[in-house]
Amino acid sequence: MSGFLAMGGYAPYIWTAYAVVAVWLTGLGLVSWRRMRQLEAAADALRAQRRAER
Amino acid sequence: MMPGQKNSGNLKPKHQRLVLVGLAALAIGGAAALGFSALQDTMTYFYSPSDVQTKGVEPGQSIRLGGLVAANSVQRLPDGLTLAFTVTDTANAVDVRYKGLVPDLFKEGSGVIAEGRFGPDRVFVADSLLAKHDENYMPPEVADSIKRAGEWKPAATPAQPALPATPASRSN
Amino acid sequence: MHRFANPARFLRLARLIQPWTAAAMFACFGVGLYLALVASPIDYLQRDTVRIMYIHVPAAWMAMQTYAVIAVASLVSIVWRHPLADVAARAAAPIGVAFTAICLITGSLWGKPTWGTWWVWDARLTSVLVLLFIYMGYMALWSAFDDRQRAARAAAVLALVGAVNLPIIKFSVDWWNTLHQPASILRRGGPTIDPSMLKPLAVMGLAYLFFFITVLLMRMRADLAAQRLEAAAERRVMAQEVPA
Repeated sequence: MSGFLAMGGYAPYIWTAYAVVAVWLTGLGLVSWRRMRQLEAAADALRAQRRAER
Repeated sequence: MMPGQKNSGNLKPKHQRLVLVGLAALAIGGAAALGFSALQDTMTYFYSPSDVQTKGVEPGQSIRLGGLVAANSVQRLPDGLTLAFTVTDTANAVDVRYKGLVPDLFKEGSGVIAEGRFGPDRVFVADSLLAKHDENYMPPEVADSIKRAGEWKPAATPAQPALPATPASRSN
Repeated sequence: MHRFANPARFLRLARLIQPWTAAAMFACFGVGLYLALVASPIDYLQRDTVRIMYIHVPAAWMAMQTYAVIAVASLVSIVWRHPLADVAARAAAPIGVAFTAICLITGSLWGKPTWGTWWVWDARLTSVLVLLFIYMGYMALWSAFDDRQRAARAAAVLALVGAVNLPIIKFSVDWWNTLHQPASILRRGGPTIDPSMLKPLAVMGLAYLFFFITVLLMRMRADLAAQRLEAAAERRVMAQEVPA
């Protein structure tokens, strides 16, 4: 296990690189997902409201 | 917005836009090609030993020299600090002297880029070394078996130095 | 062409395939990370640092592919006025920024232990940095206009002009002497990467591709919902302005 983490002495470079990918892609994915949920919920609520008014 | 929108003899607006985009792309592509061919020299990150021959590099002029470290050329000079080796592009070769830290990937047969300048004796004195690796990736076992089978591509067969080779002991 | 322009039809399709692309993304990342970090050999020359390749090279592919998507969508937008093309191009840009930045950062973290430097101004590295700036200019242009139509038009023109950078990136390593290595995969004579390293690279490439599709669909859906809300708000203002 410690051998795996050490990455043959290149641990700082390799794990930093993988962390950058994990943080950026997860962040972008989560932000996009939450924004989609919020906007679609608001748009659906509006449509339901207009239908009720008619 | 455009004349001929109603006129069936002229292009439809859709096709007109397509032609305009095509012409614009042609113009931009042509301009870019011209610009980059003009920049060819400054865009080049390093000179190969052959470029050094043909482009007339002055002694003292600061350049980057790139090529392969010739096999069996790396040696420590008697001062124990200076590294001497030959950079080759298989057609021409240049002798290099360097004092300092060496990158992990620096070894005979591998690519190297040396920043520095030619001394009056036509030996290249480097201030820094960058290792340049090639496009091949393989596990160590595979590399070993290729070498054992004698099929390792002879990338770094030492070319005859076009410049009079300086005996390592003479410099410094 | 406009048969597929119907946003309702697009939304139905997006909702249908998105769970599958998301599932494929998670599966590919799981398998790909295991292969890249655990089950693949070290390189004979670069030792363990070769593992950075599995996140760096797919990022470079996808940075260029995302730009190609934006350029094609911009062409479709300018020539055929397809209403979904602008939505797709705009939604893709932040994903392209992510891929380009990841490519540059992981490349820097790979360059230090192998080349001996974090950065050089050679043609490959510089042209990818230019790609990042084009992406940022593209996004800035979208937000510089209040009118969506005009913003879309200006951004599409910029996207098409910037497409000239794609072949420059691809062939920079052939046209100029660079510190960056020449192509290992898309080259005459086939790949120069051992199959044991090609497999994790391919799986990680698929993971990045499915990430792109999934997030693109999410961002397009969000943009379409935002447009519906905006249109409704405008209708409300107009209704209030009409005297009863």
